[in-house]
Amino acid sequence: MPTNPFNGFTDFGVGIGLRVPHYQHILSEKPVVSWFEIISENYMIDGGRPLHVLDQILERYRVVQHGVSMYFGSPEPPNREHLKRLKALVKRTKTPWLTDHLCWGSVDGTYSHDLLPMPYTFEAARHTAQKIREVRDFLEIPVAVENVSSYAEFHVSEMTEWQFLTEVVELADCGILLDVNNIYVSSRNHSFDPLDYVNSVPTERVAQIHIAGHSKFEKYILDTHDHPVIDPVWKLYQRAIERAGRTATLLEWDDNIPSFEEVHNEALKANQFVAEMAVAS
Amino acid sequence: MNLLEIQQRMLAAVMQPLTSHERMQPRSRDGKSMHEVAAEFIKPNDRLSSFERLEIYNRQYWFRVLASLDEDFPGLRAIIGQRRFEALCKAYLVDCPSQSFSLRNLGSGLETWLRSHPEHIQPRATLALDMVCLEWAEIEAFDGASEPVLLPGDALASDPDPHFRLQPYLQLISLRYPVDDLLVAIRKDTPDGGMASNAVSEHRKQTRVRKVARQKPQAVFLVVHRIDYSVYFKRIEQEAFKFLHALQEGQSLSSGVVLAFQGRDIPETVLVSRVQNWFESWSSLGWFCQPSAATQEFISPTGNQS
Repeated sequence: MPTNPFNGFTDFGVGIGLRVPHYQHILSEKPVVSWFEIISENYMIDGGRPLHVLDQILERYRVVQHGVSMYFGSPEPPNREHLKRLKALVKRTKTPWLTDHLCWGSVDGTYSHDLLPMPYTFEAARHTAQKIREVRDFLEIPVAVENVSSYAEFHVSEMTEWQFLTEVVELADCGILLDVNNIYVSSRNHSFDPLDYVNSVPTERVAQIHIAGHSKFEKYILDTHDHPVIDPVWKLYQRAIERAGRTATLLEWDDNIPSFEEVHNEALKANQFVAEMAVAS
Repeated sequence: MNLLEIQQRMLAAVMQPLTSHERMQPRSRDGKSMHEVAAEFIKPNDRLSSFERLEIYNRQYWFRVLASLDEDFPGLRAIIGQRRFEALCKAYLVDCPSQSFSLRNLGSGLETWLRSHPEHIQPRATLALDMVCLEWAEIEAFDGASEPVLLPGDALASDPDPHFRLQPYLQLISLRYPVDDLLVAIRKDTPDGGMASNAVSEHRKQTRVRKVARQKPQAVFLVVHRIDYSVYFKRIEQEAFKFLHALQEGQSLSSGVVLAFQGRDIPETVLVSRVQNWFESWSSLGWFCQPSAATQEFISPTGNQS
């Protein structure tokens, strides 16, 4: 049973990101994995090995698409070529929902290839929500937006990040991909209590949760996806599922990628929190 | 400051080249203090100034885009050296920042840009341009579209002067240096990980330098193609190259033959035999694809184009 209107996929359980170093292992060993998340842009191409591998994965596994360059908060309207390629991929993967980031990254068609933070203003929320609606209407599938890690805050901000996230998703009537690692990273960089964030998120819109590792520097934390998940992030995850119920969960590991087993085992740790939640309820 | 103004200012700052110590420039291009620029829209915190917070994004941008070009153009890097390659990439990205949602397309304008900025590749400009052309062709061949392969008995067989369509992923390039061999050699010498000692790395570097220095001009006609999703280089004769090029441009079989052998006095039997050999070889590699529905509509049952 869906735990909320934006989460019809509670049976997805725990998945991992599909990454090139694991292709061979997955195709030859056919490990049991609940689902894979793919980076959409890696497969928005015309042909060749990436699509060939994806098609083989699709024969056996469920795949959910996660984008990194829709830039809902950028000033320009959605790029038509981007949308067309994305929709073609949506048809290929039959992804039940699609996610991208609540951020911006381009101006007038010039791309930074980064997930730049939004100023938390009502103007930005309205603009971003409108673009999310346009993308969702074009793609004709549910869309959920992910909170990003950030290293800067703006003078003009009129609300907290979690208030901004709520404002945007309410205006756009879309789901949330709640990244609890990003909440932790931003909480350390901007000195807020990450539990305040998790406790404030409108759980009825949480469609998916991300977990990941990060790197700690002297004065800030960087979201590098190159380590195991740390305990404080697991605690945020625990609290998130206490509030949102069973939710499709995905471990991201993008750099210094260890063996498939190591990544998968790290992801499966999430199940113990789900089990504890079931016992408690 | 509204949303658009913040985004324009931040993007300009993020894309401004780093200093030689990989830090954010103290001044913007128009001479403003970057401390002041950053303080106008970014809050400081108890550990980082506005400048330092903006600098995190500035550094991330350059590390990301430079790593992408570094991965895509190892041959060019080997020819001009690491330091000049980095300077070239920075200058290119300042002039041609990414206009695509995908980093895959970051180097799409590099060859054209280098033609108008040869100072970055002198004195081996021709060699370097050939290498960039090959490395971009490899990217295009890797993930280009493929279509169903033409089989014996497909509709074209009944057309007396058919138009053969080549696989969209096929890249035809004429080179003035044998950079195909050089790129293979460079890849062989490049360690996959950081396991090599300094002495081994230095030896490999010197080997690469020697290989580049030894390069002599040689006309090469190359097809960059795919077999089982891996990219390969195949050298072909000049006439074959002209012929394939004509087919790729939409010329018919007979027009392709005329263009390929223009000015050559070759007996017809030899000519027919050569073309037949080409077709056998290229068909076995799957280079021809089935006619599109649109093309078939224009071919009447008698084979005449309407």
